[in-house]
Amino acid sequence: MGISDMKSLCNGNTLGWGALILAFALVPALMTSQYQLNVACNVLIWALFATSFNMLWGVTGMLSFGQALYYGVGGYAIGLTVTYLGSQWYFAAFAAGLLFTLVLSFLLGLLVIRVGGVYYTMLTLAFGQLAWQIMFKMYDFTGGDDGLQGITLPGLLADKVYYYYFVMILVLVAVWVLKRMAYSPFGLILRGVRQNPNRVRFLGRRVRRNQLRIYVVASLFATVAGALMAGVDGSVHTDMFFWTTSGEVILMSVLGGISHFFGPFCGAVVIILIEDIVGAHTEYWSLLIGSIIMVMVIGFPRGLVGGALDVAAKVRAILQGEKHDDTTLTAGLGK
Amino acid sequence: MTPLLQLDSVNKAFGGLKVTQHLSFSVFPGEIAAIIGPNGAGKTTLFNQITGHLLPDSGRILFKGEDLVGLTTQAIVKKGLGRAFQVASIFPEETVLDNIRLAALANLDHTRRFWRPSAEHRQATEAAVAILASLGLEEQGGRLAFELSHGDQKLLDIGIALALQPTLLLLDEPTAGMSPEERQRTRRLIGEIRGEYDLTLVFIEHDMDMVFDIAHTVRVLQQGALLAEGSPAEIQSNEEVVKAYLGEEL
Repeated sequence: MGISDMKSLCNGNTLGWGALILAFALVPALMTSQYQLNVACNVLIWALFATSFNMLWGVTGMLSFGQALYYGVGGYAIGLTVTYLGSQWYFAAFAAGLLFTLVLSFLLGLLVIRVGGVYYTMLTLAFGQLAWQIMFKMYDFTGGDDGLQGITLPGLLADKVYYYYFVMILVLVAVWVLKRMAYSPFGLILRGVRQNPNRVRFLGRRVRRNQLRIYVVASLFATVAGALMAGVDGSVHTDMFFWTTSGEVILMSVLGGISHFFGPFCGAVVIILIEDIVGAHTEYWSLLIGSIIMVMVIGFPRGLVGGALDVAAKVRAILQGEKHDDTTLTAGLGK
Repeated sequence: MTPLLQLDSVNKAFGGLKVTQHLSFSVFPGEIAAIIGPNGAGKTTLFNQITGHLLPDSGRILFKGEDLVGLTTQAIVKKGLGRAFQVASIFPEETVLDNIRLAALANLDHTRRFWRPSAEHRQATEAAVAILASLGLEEQGGRLAFELSHGDQKLLDIGIALALQPTLLLLDEPTAGMSPEERQRTRRLIGEIRGEYDLTLVFIEHDMDMVFDIAHTVRVLQQGALLAEGSPAEIQSNEEVVKAYLGEEL
């Protein structure tokens, strides 16, 4: 598989986007219950969260363990506003959540990007846990570990099918925007920051400034995901801020493959479906996910998408009678 | 003529170890200046000070008449100073074309643009393609940088620096680790790109054939101090240099 083939695969094309939109658009027609529609919403929302997270980790090399903070901000912006002011403030709450994240992620970003590697990861975890603790303790305001229930949505969004399409459109547009970003000059400099930050400085570019930019951008999209989640079953919980939520998007990214744009998206789809399908039959569904992750990390370190592309390349090479060249398989790295 | 680069009594020490001692010299526009000296003489450390990677303890480093001391690497690069490294400093997972395109985009200040794919930025792409052709890497444009041979990676490193359209290019051992054929090619290319891109070159090199072949002036460093400077012929006949560094090579 040549680079151009690989890039067209990674870039996705009109056909790919058409198929993706069609598949998700048909969900309400194929689903037989409201619960299944909620699962489909979960798939989309986690896919957005994981994709935005991967702009930090897979693209820029910044492994954040605290993106749940911004996901929680989105959820609680909707939850608190609707609970205390009413559903007519839903869109204002959405905007307020984004504005809050813009300011918060900028300020925290200034701090966390000053350190690198594991220290950065630990610092993001610390801020995430701090936010969780604050939300957990402010019982009278946030509902503590009970969270907030009965979040109603305005107008047509109160209808589950309309809300599903609202989620679908926002998520797919957001993923499309992130993808444009990943392949733009901005995306290229972010990949440069991951691969060779010293060279980036010698291009006359500031490493930290670019890290800060993507930290803010990824956090904003995490907030969108959190805000959308608040409307799925009309409730928010402090778990949205908890470190396991950040860990879950890391798992999704690893499973799907961090070196491909759609890797985390696919990882999110698989994990949510396993949770749902296997979880209906046994409480040990997390054991299956753990086993799958182990197999993937050992056998397919480039994740589901990377592994699938590797297999496709091998099959193609065999069919064409060519010697397989491993080096071409990494053409999608960082994409 | 006004010097393009002027070092004025630059000093740098790491604890008790003096790595740059009262170093003063000037490089004029269009010059190809070689810096030679034994390992540990402070050659790369000098480059690190010129490019803002290290701060001199004292002295001035003037580029186009402006003192660079205290400026960040980014600011210095923007003033027109490019650098290629002893170990090729490239983006290994990107294609060869994207490596240079990224530098061209940085030079155009387009790296904040987040909508159009980088491949559709025509000005940067055309600049990158032209540089690939200059370096003889046009056939390699679609390959990933880490797949290139060592020699080609060194050329790519130079290509990245060229895409920034520098007026002064610092090359740190451009032929280090290369085969004789690759050295020959690099020597020829350095001469060509200097003319094509109207460059002033300062290079560190251990290959004396190359130094005496292409350099207009040679500075010899020893323990961070300037042992001698002059034309290649003057350096070759300098007894102190022969004794301290060149030795049997002549």
